[in-house]
This record gives sequence, structure tokens and C-alpha cells, in this order.
Amino acid sequence: MEIDPFIFRLSIFILSIFIGYYVVWSVTPSLHTPLMSVTNAISSVIIVGAIIAALAGKSEVIFNSSSIFGFLAIILAAVNIFGGFLVTQRMLQMYKKKKDKK
Amino acid sequence: MLSANLSATFYLVSGILFILALRGLSSPDTSRQGNYLGIAGMVIAIVVTFLSIGNFSTSLVFVLIFLLIGGAVGAFIAFKIPMTAMPELVAGFHSLVGLAAVFVAISAFLNPEVFNLGSSGNIKLASLIEMSIGAAVGAITFSGSIIAFLKLRGIMSGAPITFIGQHYLNLILGIGVFVIIFYLCKSQLDTMFWILIIISFLIGVLLIIPIGGADMPVVISMLNSYSGWAAAGIGFTLENTALIITGALVGSSGAILSYIMCKAMNRSFFSVILGGFGAENTSQKFDDKKEKPVKSGNAEDAAFLMKNASSVIIVPGYGMAVAQAQHALREMVDKLKKNDIKVTYAIHPVAGRMPGHMNVLLAEANVPYDEVFELEDINNDFANADVAFVIGANDVTNPVAKTDPQSPIFGMPVLDVEKCKSVLFVKRSLSPGYAGIDNELFYKENTLMLFADAKKMTEDIVKNLE
Repeated sequence: MEIDPFIFRLSIFILSIFIGYYVVWSVTPSLHTPLMSVTNAISSVIIVGAIIAALAGKSEVIFNSSSIFGFLAIILAAVNIFGGFLVTQRMLQMYKKKKDKK
Repeated sequence: MLSANLSATFYLVSGILFILALRGLSSPDTSRQGNYLGIAGMVIAIVVTFLSIGNFSTSLVFVLIFLLIGGAVGAFIAFKIPMTAMPELVAGFHSLVGLAAVFVAISAFLNPEVFNLGSSGNIKLASLIEMSIGAAVGAITFSGSIIAFLKLRGIMSGAPITFIGQHYLNLILGIGVFVIIFYLCKSQLDTMFWILIIISFLIGVLLIIPIGGADMPVVISMLNSYSGWAAAGIGFTLENTALIITGALVGSSGAILSYIMCKAMNRSFFSVILGGFGAENTSQKFDDKKEKPVKSGNAEDAAFLMKNASSVIIVPGYGMAVAQAQHALREMVDKLKKNDIKVTYAIHPVAGRMPGHMNVLLAEANVPYDEVFELEDINNDFANADVAFVIGANDVTNPVAKTDPQSPIFGMPVLDVEKCKSVLFVKRSLSPGYAGIDNELFYKENTLMLFADAKKMTEDIVKNLE
């Protein structure tokens, strides 16, 4: 009997939780705020779903009830992606060692 | 057009890049590179999605336009936002992820053919459950984050809002969500789906309103976690590896942060969620404190004390963020260092309104990160230090957490500020902190209270140090 592809996805999911667990514990507490902003940015990879939904409209009717939600989600996710990565970058740029400034 | 196998492989690559982005945050040196890897992962995911659809019609133009509009808004916010507003920015961003998840779920529900989930009114059972969970968690994240945002921004009072039967109402709504998902799966009715989303919005609001200001670090971490689980739910629906990996990463990241924050307050996650901390015991503790003598001083006294010290430890808290005193503080420290005084910073994990809040503000004021220490690394140094300069912190320095088993904060790890030879306490008044309990430190022999706005006082000290 063939294995349901769902099981593979579930395996990826569970293993990723473990990876996340170990990776996040190794994050230094002083970088917890950038951690939140960057996780925020990467979770906006949900934009891939939004793009698929938005492009589903036919060329005659670009905006149908389903694709409109896709377009709205694209805007929201894009705000997050650009905002999240850039603000993280801005924060990380500020973390300097003693010798850097002297 | 990219084959399904090839695009799945690329999604895996972007998932790995996201893992490396988080891995980079283990030290400030590697963090910037990590952030670039994260950006690379995102670019790969988006480009692959375009290529795998291969539908380069006019729709694509609109997609790009919307992408750029959102991107421009995001970039504008990222450059304009002051560092003190970071907690509300993060809360705001969480709400967007939540809403995006809801929208994608709605879109998939209305037009399941596009995502290969069956046909409208006949969606595959597994997919329907997955998208329901994604939509529900997304909706909770959205409305919960909005409330958190309003509270942090000060538009809504930070005080806990509680009413009778609140927990029962939450319980009923929580059970309701599962019942509705069950009926949705049986009936495939649109109305069920909409009711599910509305109830979830309501749960998000009810979940966050009873939680007070200083518990915000837990709330933000928790919402961070939720946004991850919502993304993962959608990832299962869309059968997208990048989303599943990211959702799991973000979900566990937020969960770990919530755990760290709860531990730093010695509170269980449940007691935070149920809310209303300290509200009961504020009144009776107020009475006896007026009689106790308090030594208060001015900037001149503080400058004198610090000038004659050989080591100073600075303890910043939320008050520093509110007063935007970090730059003035840095100036003060520079002056002290010129006099060969050793200065270090001690950060309590829950200082401020989000994990790492103080570190970012100090970094903004150009404080080198190797002068900033976490609680466990610096706590032994207080006994050898001459002056502790407490600016805007309160509960996290209260020795009562170590001595009085009756106290609501008993057992919470605190900074051993009282062990210093002398303590300077910058505070606007004697009012108790968030926990609603009096701080013994105010009445200690070696404590000098500096009653003023944190920024004003620090600037005055700087003048007196000349």
C-alpha cells in the first residue's frame, strides 16, 4: 500500500519543529527582538499561496471573488516581507562590538 | 513552466535558507549574514511560485503591482519606525500574517480547483480541516495582535479587562470552533466557514483583553507562535514545503520565547493567559508605606556618587523606553568611562514590553553589545559594584521576590541590585510597579531615589558630571 503524501508533509513539519526548537534555543537573548521580526518576515512566505490564488483569475476577469482575497493577501504579506526583513536589517546593523567604534 | 518536483525542491531550499537565517541569530556577528540568507530564501520562494504557475497574463502585472504597493508600505514603515515602537510594530506585523492566512484560506475555500483541493462544495476532507485550522488560527492571530497593538500603542488602556464568566465564554467559544469545523466538514456550507472565521476573530479579542501591560512579552511571543502555526496550517492545505517548514520554525520559536518569558516571571503560561495579574492585592498593600522614610536626591547627588565609584551597573527597564532615555544614558556612561569607571548593563529577560526590547534600544544608542549582560551572567557582580543605576525598572529589582513567600512575585528571578554599595533609583514617583506591590528597595538605607522623568534626570546628571 502506498503511503499518503500527507504523512511525508507531517514528517517534514514535525522534524522542522525539532529544528526550530534547537535553533531558537541557540539564539542569544540580546537578539530576541530581531528574532521576532525575522520570524515574522519569513512566515510571510504565505505569499506563495496568495500569488497562486491571485493568478487563478482568467485574463478576462482578473478580479473574481476568490482572486481578490489573493490580491489582498499579497499586499499584507508584502508589507510584512519588506518591512520585516528591512527592520531586522536596521536593528542588526546597530549591534556593534566595543572595538568597532574606537 | 517549472515541474512540480523541481519547484518542490526549490521550496525545500528556501525552507533551509530560513533555518539558516534563524541560526545566524546565535551571535550578532553572524546575524546580518543570516538575514541575507532569509531574504534569499524569500526571493527563491516567490520566483519559483511565478515560474511554476507559468501564467504570464495580465493578472501577473496586477500581482506585481500589489506586491510593490505592499513592499513600498513595508519599506517605508521599516525605515521610519522609531526603535522604541518595536513592540507595537511586531504586534502589527503579526496581525498582517494572521489576516493574510485568513485571506488565503478564504480564497482556497472559494476556488479549491486552483489549489487541487477538489471542487467547490466538495473539498477534500483533509484539505478542508487544514484550511479551517489555518483560517481559525490566522483569525485569532489577527484580532489578538490588533488588541496587543492597541494596548502597546497606548490607544487602549494597558490595564487588564476582565468580566465575570470570561473564562467560561472563552471555553464555550473554543469548543464552538471544533463543533463548527466538524459541521463544516460534513456540510461543506459557506456559512459555516464564515461563522468559523468570525468566532475566531472574537476569540482573539477575548484572549488578549484580560492580559496587562507587563505581560506583553509573553503575549507577543505567543502571537508570534500562533502566526507560525497559521502559516503551517495553510502550508498543509497548499502542500507547500517552504510554508510547512517556516510555520513549524516560527511556531516553535514563539513558543520557546513565551516559555522563556514566563520563566523569567516565575508564572505559568496559563496564569498569564487567564490574565488580571496583581489586580486583587493592590489596595491593602498601599496603607503602611507612607510612614517609611525615603531618601530622595537630585542629579548633583547622583553625579557625585557615580563619580566616586569605581564600577557602576545600569539596570534599564520599560521606563527608559517610555522616556526615550537611552541616548542620554549613553552620554552619561561615556562621561563615566572617561573617569575610568567600569560601566556594565544588566538586563532582565522581561524588562520592557517584548523579548530583547532593552538590548535593541541600547544598541540603537550605540552601546556595544559586549557591555550588556543577561541576568544570570551579571547577578553575582552586584555585590562587588559600587553603584547600581536603576532607570525605569521596578519589579525586576524587588528583593521581596527572594524573601517573602506571600508576595505574588515570590520566586521570580530578580536582579540583586540591593547588594550594591549604593543604589540610584530613577523613577517618577513611589507608585508600585506593574505587579502592584511595593518595592522594598525604595526604603533601604543605601538607596537614593531620584524622582524625575528618566530622560530629564539622566541629562541633568550628565551636566553635573562635567
